[in-house]
Amino acid sequence: MILNQILFYFFAVLAIGSAILMVTRRNIVHGAVFLISTLLATAGIFLQLQAEFLFVVQIILYVGGIMVLFVFVIMLVNLDVALRQIQFNRQKYAASVLALVLAAQVFFALWVARAGLNLANPADRMPARNTEAIADAIFQRYMLPFEIASILLLVAMIGAVVMAKRRV
Amino acid sequence: MIPTENYLILSLALFTIGVVGVLTRRNVIIVLMSIELILNAVNINLVAFSRHFGSVDGQVFAIFIITDAAAEAAVGLGIILAFFRNRETVLADEMDMLKW
Amino acid sequence: MGHLIPSSIAPYVLPVIYAVVIVAVLPLLAGYIVLLERKVMADMQARLGPMRVGPHGLLQPIADAVKLLLKEDIIPANADKMMFWMAPLVSVTMALLAYSALPIGPAFQIADLNVGLLFILAISSLGIYGIVFGGWASNSHYSLLGALRSAAQLVSYETAAGLGLVSALLLAGSLSMKEIVQAQYDQGTWFIFSVPVGFFIYMVGSIAETNRAPFDLPEAESELVAGYMTEYSGFRWSLYFLAEYANMIIVAGIATTLFLGGWLRPFARWHDHFPGTSLEFFDVIPSLVFLGAAAYCFSLAPKQPVQIQKLVMAAFGGLCLVLAGAMAATLFASPAVMAGVHGAFWFMAKVIAYLYAFLWFRFTFPRYRFDQLMRLGWRFLIPLALVNVIDVGIAIILRQELGWSPFWAMLLMTLVTLGIAMWLASEGAKPAATLQPADKGL
Repeated sequence: MILNQILFYFFAVLAIGSAILMVTRRNIVHGAVFLISTLLATAGIFLQLQAEFLFVVQIILYVGGIMVLFVFVIMLVNLDVALRQIQFNRQKYAASVLALVLAAQVFFALWVARAGLNLANPADRMPARNTEAIADAIFQRYMLPFEIASILLLVAMIGAVVMAKRRV
Repeated sequence: MIPTENYLILSLALFTIGVVGVLTRRNVIIVLMSIELILNAVNINLVAFSRHFGSVDGQVFAIFIITDAAAEAAVGLGIILAFFRNRETVLADEMDMLKW
Repeated sequence: MGHLIPSSIAPYVLPVIYAVVIVAVLPLLAGYIVLLERKVMADMQARLGPMRVGPHGLLQPIADAVKLLLKEDIIPANADKMMFWMAPLVSVTMALLAYSALPIGPAFQIADLNVGLLFILAISSLGIYGIVFGGWASNSHYSLLGALRSAAQLVSYETAAGLGLVSALLLAGSLSMKEIVQAQYDQGTWFIFSVPVGFFIYMVGSIAETNRAPFDLPEAESELVAGYMTEYSGFRWSLYFLAEYANMIIVAGIATTLFLGGWLRPFARWHDHFPGTSLEFFDVIPSLVFLGAAAYCFSLAPKQPVQIQKLVMAAFGGLCLVLAGAMAATLFASPAVMAGVHGAFWFMAKVIAYLYAFLWFRFTFPRYRFDQLMRLGWRFLIPLALVNVIDVGIAIILRQELGWSPFWAMLLMTLVTLGIAMWLASEGAKPAATLQPADKGL
């Protein structure tokens, strides 16, 4: 119980801290490192929510795939001159206020609805074998989204190759 | 047992930071990374509710979101690379060729 | 003893002990695998290898470690200090973290995760960052180029290796490492005999994953200096080195668990006893192996030229006798202890065999050029791996739905996959298509 709480606060602080650092870094590569740290903390949160398959999928796909792509592109477009330019655009104050108003609205909605969120022992009803349950769900109930996702990935692959190809 | 609200607040915090990143930064790559942060916040929300109601549907949806994020990151980075080859810049303020 | 440990920390004591043992033993083990590699290389090149430092060069790893620790720590000018410091750390941490799901015998596993195999794959894919950030932080063109090449190679071959593992997972039915070995026991065969093409794909993929020859272009001495490791010296370099050899052992461990039966002895289901006892025939093999090694050491001891070498050989012989005695003694202990000790012996024997194959390939095959490497990965291995998964699926359907015997189903589909592999290989042997002028449109 106490270990659960320690782990949750550790991952939560790591996630939020890395996210803030990522958004404020001048050097994009450092920003990418902090995003990787945020994603790893998110994977830890998934593991705590008893979503073990999603935990490994997050690490393999997100951190080991998408972020590697980001890091490659950052290393290809990195300009030294970009480090000395202004990092935040002219609408930064209005944007921050707007984001805080949005956050306050959602927080208010959660506050009003917090009584309805209390279910007794929610985790007792999770299926025992997580990977098998996800496989059952994907290949029986969600077969159509699965096929559409594969077509989406095919289209994205072709699009990315076409756009990044060097013209001869 | 951590109550579900904690995860929702965490998700909200990450979402807000992601929105600030998208709206405030000039560097387009950081904007893309903030979008990934927003998608992750949504994933935490979905998985928290998946545990709350005891079904794996939320986790399946989260897997599809990760798939989507991969596709979008690939295409987005391809666009940035193509633009960078033409104009030598990755700052959003300077990508204004369609203005009159 | 159980009542001395409070129940709140009791589940964590044994895993912590195992973790400490692994972290303590692994650097020494990696050093001695380097010595083994140099000795095997020397043997294949008809020479002796390191012989000076210690008898038969046995203290060479210690001397190397001392040298590396005492070297000056050079950081290139304008290098990104935070990332320069962090990159070898990431490599080593990920390499060591993967040991937490690897079962060395039925009793020695830090954590039996339900998704253990995927966890090890995930941690291996995180090791790429150590390479990429190391090359970037060195602020040198050669390092960056070597790092990007290495990362591209790793990403390509980890897809192929993962798909090779999937073909064995179809037979195993679970991602937990213990259940995979249990499935091999239940089905009576090691998966290498059921899906040999999958084993081949995984082996090639794992050689490329660990940057070993013939896929070691990013770090070979005659190319790009040393790739991403160029600017690292002293202790930081030894961390990268440790990460590479720890990765090799992990990859060998996965191959052993998935394809070679893990900790099962050969013919695990033959329970023929010696008459009158409950001692099975195949269970005496570990003791016999150590007795044979002891006899070999004792026979070599008088022929050594130097007194100290005679003593060391005799000491080795004595050590082998002690181990033989231990193996024999556990035969009469409780079944759990016997299973643990003998399981660990068989697991390590298979891992050493797989690593010997790695060393053998290094000194046999010439190096692949980078474009040949990428072509092999993307245009041969990945299509072959996909076809293999489909064929294993068809074999399982033939077995379960149509009632064929497992042997004929697997044999037929293996032959189909091999046919497709030969077609793919002949396709790759044609010269690469040249760019036509019409390609300028896009």
